[in-house]
Amino acid sequence: MTGLTLAHLYPREMNIYGDTGNVLVLRKRLQWRGFEAEVVGVHVGDPLPAGTDILLGGGGQDAAQGEIGRDFVGRGPELRAMADDGVVMLTICGSYQLLGHHFLTKDGRRIEGVGVLDVTTTGSDQRLIGNHHIETAWGRLVGFENHSGLTELGPGAQPLGRTVAGRGNNGRDLTEGAVRGNVFGTYLHGPVLAKSPRFADELLSRALARRGLAAELEPLDDSLALAAAEVAIRRPR
Amino acid sequence: MDILAIWLGKLTLLALRATGRRGTALPGLVVEKVFPRFLSRRLAALPLGVVVVSGTNGKTTTTKMVAAVLAQRHRVLTNDTGGNFVRGTITAVLMQSSWLGRTPADVAVFELDEAHAVRFCDVHQPERLLLLNVLRDQLDRFGEIDTTAQLLGKVAARTAKHVVVNRDDPRLVAVATGLAAEVSYFGVAPALRELFPTDEEMYGGDVEISDLKASAELLSLELGVSTELRLRIGDTEEAITLHAEGAHNAQNAAGAAALALTLGLDPDTIAAGLRAVQPAFGRGQSFDLDGRRVVLQLVKNPAGFRQSLRTVTGLRPAATVIAINDDYPDGRDMSWLWDVEFAPVLQGQSGRLVTSGTRAADMAVRLHYDGLAVERIDTDLGRAVRQAAEAVAPGDTVVVFSTYTAMWELHQVLIKLAAGAAK
Repeated sequence: MTGLTLAHLYPREMNIYGDTGNVLVLRKRLQWRGFEAEVVGVHVGDPLPAGTDILLGGGGQDAAQGEIGRDFVGRGPELRAMADDGVVMLTICGSYQLLGHHFLTKDGRRIEGVGVLDVTTTGSDQRLIGNHHIETAWGRLVGFENHSGLTELGPGAQPLGRTVAGRGNNGRDLTEGAVRGNVFGTYLHGPVLAKSPRFADELLSRALARRGLAAELEPLDDSLALAAAEVAIRRPR
Repeated sequence: MDILAIWLGKLTLLALRATGRRGTALPGLVVEKVFPRFLSRRLAALPLGVVVVSGTNGKTTTTKMVAAVLAQRHRVLTNDTGGNFVRGTITAVLMQSSWLGRTPADVAVFELDEAHAVRFCDVHQPERLLLLNVLRDQLDRFGEIDTTAQLLGKVAARTAKHVVVNRDDPRLVAVATGLAAEVSYFGVAPALRELFPTDEEMYGGDVEISDLKASAELLSLELGVSTELRLRIGDTEEAITLHAEGAHNAQNAAGAAALALTLGLDPDTIAAGLRAVQPAFGRGQSFDLDGRRVVLQLVKNPAGFRQSLRTVTGLRPAATVIAINDDYPDGRDMSWLWDVEFAPVLQGQSGRLVTSGTRAADMAVRLHYDGLAVERIDTDLGRAVRQAAEAVAPGDTVVVFSTYTAMWELHQVLIKLAAGAAK
């Protein structure tokens, strides 16, 4: 029996919008297909597990991001090497921002990021909140956005998708999230993978392929998730 | 002049009732527009002033507790209709004033949510404040829980006499320092602390035991439809049967007791008041449907949901319905459902599982990923609960966990069904 190692960044501090659900979705979808899934929580100061296949990070309180930010940026060289090595990363909101070059807070502080994604973020007085869905190369992603940071993509970053109903990266250019190779960043909470099963499987396929495992994933019955997504896209913001 | 305000408000209330409408905002709104200083004048005239109860979880039941306890000695004015906004407090004053223009009360106890509590301070600086907890809730409305804590800190800073704080909530303890008002604490005994995790502790943080001295402390509890608890009030230990379900209500009973101590009530009187509390709307109310007992439980955030889920252990339901709406008062964001672990409590204990409400499918997905089989998904609330009750044997229990707006609808449906079944 073989499987994947999932590293979950700061499960204590960066949990606040249910993003932990992404870890559960990936773990279950592996187990339902007979793969093992080892989930390792990575706290401030902890080493990243050797042989990490998928790295997951969620959103958190802005105030917590000082300490988290320092720990995160300290991992910069390792995270850049992992990204270059094709490790799959799914980062949401706060950890998406930290994967960029930097975050400029409203009061002018500059929090360094690790520069894995060519994006920069600026704090703002508005809060972009509401139901949100986007179109991507892996189908429709359905979730909920809740952020005040406005993110701009540099030339080295592709948007993850195009906002259909919502504000996205900055409320202005209709882009949402960013992709570079196997690294994904997005503002979609929800958790995003709960109602976007095709995207969840895309992440698993990439990680499995990188290990030389299963080229194609056994299909699962996702009718519930798709029904929930259909409801969600019709709800008021 | 106040008599005119009272007449205007009361006539608005009568007009509303005549058209069969429920509502606590409109009379308050009308009076606020025409007589903007009515509320502040009336409240300033109360000899013992105003108590504000705020926090994320348990405001309504705790407000009832404080009111019931203070009513042992004083005439109490309260917004127990659940209209927890400033206009609701005006309506409460109107409803409890006479047509002759008198408001026969010594003290007011108002439930106010964080944002409205801040606005209320512009009308009247509360004499006393009871701060229950700051938990993840309605983040899509307030942004973040640190923001919520800061709002409560503003209210604490404007409280004139006494602030009573949950010592086991570090965010609240932090915002209630350096105040002009006197501060005292309530809490739970260290042995019980793990029953009340903060959002951080839920995710593996160490349980922090506060060394602040609590004037009222929860010593032990046994959960059921009522809660058997032992409370230390001042230096006296009291055994109390509390007609409110769930560990969080037992914790908040300590808060109500600590608040009553600041008004000079003695421990025996406080305990008698707590024993007299009746369950609040939708909080563990039960209905008889053809011999099946249907118990309604309000859920609105992860911490509250985790607490409420535990009641299935005592109730042993033959069916469990989870009804999730996403209207504004419920919160539009569904992600909170993923911060509740369902499997450990519901596995083998829920009976047949049904999901309902606007987001019935979302809830079913959540349970699916926890390895729990959902038997029915039905967005129609009334039908889902009726069929769940019909499918179990007489004498069995159906537990319904429901968000706020779903609860309003179900409450109406169940009253009708229970009346029909009794014929």
